Amino acid sequence: MTDHQTETGTGNGTGDETTTGNGSGARGARWRLAGGYAAAAVLLFAVAPAVLSDFRLEQLARYLCFAMVAVGISLAWGRGGMLTLGQGLFFGLGGYAMAMHLKLADAGPGQLPDFMLLYGSTDQLPWWWEPFRSPVVAIAAVFLVPMAVAAVIGFLVFRRRVRGAYFAILSQALAAAFAILLIGQQATTGGTNGLTNFQGFFGFALNDPINRRTVYFVIAGTLLALMLLTRQLFLSRYGELLVAVRDSEERVRFLGYDPALVKLVAYVVSAGMAGLAGALFVPAVGIISPALIGIVPSIQFLIGAAIGGRASLVGAALGAIAVAWAQTTLSEEFPAAWTYFQAGLFIVVVAFLPGGLISLRQLLTRRRPTPLGAST
Amino acid sequence: MTEEALHGLTISELRVSFDGFTAVDGVDLRVGPGDLRFLIGPNGAGKTTLVDAVTGLARATGSVRFGGRELLGRPVHRIARLGIGRTFQTATVFENLTVVQNLDIAAGAGRRPLTLLRQRRSVPPEVDEALTTVGLAPHAHRLAGTLSHGQKQWLEIGMLLVQNVELLLLDEPVAGMSHEERDATGALLRTVASERTVVVIEHDMEFMRAFASSVTVLHAGRVLSEGSPAEVRADPRVQEVYLGHAPERPTAAAHVGEEP
Repeated sequence: MTDHQTETGTGNGTGDETTTGNGSGARGARWRLAGGYAAAAVLLFAVAPAVLSDFRLEQLARYLCFAMVAVGISLAWGRGGMLTLGQGLFFGLGGYAMAMHLKLADAGPGQLPDFMLLYGSTDQLPWWWEPFRSPVVAIAAVFLVPMAVAAVIGFLVFRRRVRGAYFAILSQALAAAFAILLIGQQATTGGTNGLTNFQGFFGFALNDPINRRTVYFVIAGTLLALMLLTRQLFLSRYGELLVAVRDSEERVRFLGYDPALVKLVAYVVSAGMAGLAGALFVPAVGIISPALIGIVPSIQFLIGAAIGGRASLVGAALGAIAVAWAQTTLSEEFPAAWTYFQAGLFIVVVAFLPGGLISLRQLLTRRRPTPLGAST
Repeated sequence: MTEEALHGLTISELRVSFDGFTAVDGVDLRVGPGDLRFLIGPNGAGKTTLVDAVTGLARATGSVRFGGRELLGRPVHRIARLGIGRTFQTATVFENLTVVQNLDIAAGAGRRPLTLLRQRRSVPPEVDEALTTVGLAPHAHRLAGTLSHGQKQWLEIGMLLVQNVELLLLDEPVAGMSHEERDATGALLRTVASERTVVVIEHDMEFMRAFASSVTVLHAGRVLSEGSPAEVRADPRVQEVYLGHAPERPTAAAHVGEEP
């Protein structure tokens, strides 16, 4: 294991993975990849719906949304070294964009969403709600708005060479600020209660179990697609360059690249993924609120990726699912102990197993790690 | 390599100061095209700072021209794109990437976004060539972090070659190397200098004598002496500066004024 602590203290060996695309290993890796995705697809599309109750399947849908955020985190943090402690901001932007559309669709043409009538403080739809009547605008907004916001933040921050803990604190502060802003604007955002009570999802009634199952399938398919996209980024020349920037930003600059741009791309993509996850979270869980996107959720997004293995796509995704599942299960049994358990696990993994649980596989098989490669 | 004639480096009236301390104090320096110039001088003479100024890392006043272009005031990555590459005292390679990946990144600053998003299917010819030149072909697929110190330095030089720089600025490339490694590095620098301009910061006098085409001695931020290795050694001012620090012994004379 060649764990390499970077100057920002966030990097580590890029973890597990199989051979790079050189030599005879490439074909084997491709087959293992195809096999891995086929197995994941069978599990998600056939086994899970068959064996899980509707209630548990909806919970799984929620975990898969967290996994999408974790996939983005593995790109930005695991490979890019950016400690993205504020993904709640992008998750929230995507979630609220979707929720606003669903609220408007429920209300019908020309009508106000129910909560606005309830609070009664306004009888006209705010101008920034208006575009979300259009389903096309809403669907585009769930990832374009978070990406645009990330682009502005990233441009300002990476140019000024803010990194490491400063970047993490800044991300965290922005997520907190966004949550506070939403709470303060109760009349137009629903405040602390958030947006909830959705009746339909693009014309399908959400109280119908069949339709809720369809939402689950959409989420599972999106997660697999995002993983394939991220895998391509990991394996591309850009992925190699991103690791180089993580490990020695200064050196990359002397090779004639602008590291700020390299990081910006990963950050913006991870924001888009978080936004998409937030948007799909809304029909799956039926609510988006400031409590789901502030500081604590933002940290929790990261914990799953850290425990599973931040530099490994599969590790991050499985870690996110496992931690969310453990949280539900254990907090049902021991509501008070869960937080301590989670924090303890996080510390132990970060301190003693920086590659996450997935790097155990390597320690056990004593395979020499190669830096980038097929995530099986 | 480009077909056009090699460029030389012209530094005039270069000044670098940090918080009132002047590290480089009005240096004028010309390095001709294809030269293998050694830059020597005791601790704190301003050698590394001079290279920092040329590569955009340190703010400086005066003028640094390379191939008719003024370098001062440009950001680091733009200077790199003009064909100027450097190494550092401690080898900085990307330890979590393989030798080939290191070289491939160095070769790719001009790649278009779409190329970057695709996977590397084979070893590009320039990378292959550099692997042979620096003698790392047998280690092509090893992680750079597992290379020996000397091999990392060669990898860095290889990265400058695939980057296709016209001017190499090397900061103590043979520090910590064994005798054989030094000789191999010297031969490598000679090969490199046949097509490019090379400036080497060095403390090892023996190494300098064996391989330098020309030498500039810096002292307290100024040029003290300049000429062939023999001329510089004969210069009484140079002897005075060096004898004040560490007398040069005839055999293992090696390190004069080693920097930390």
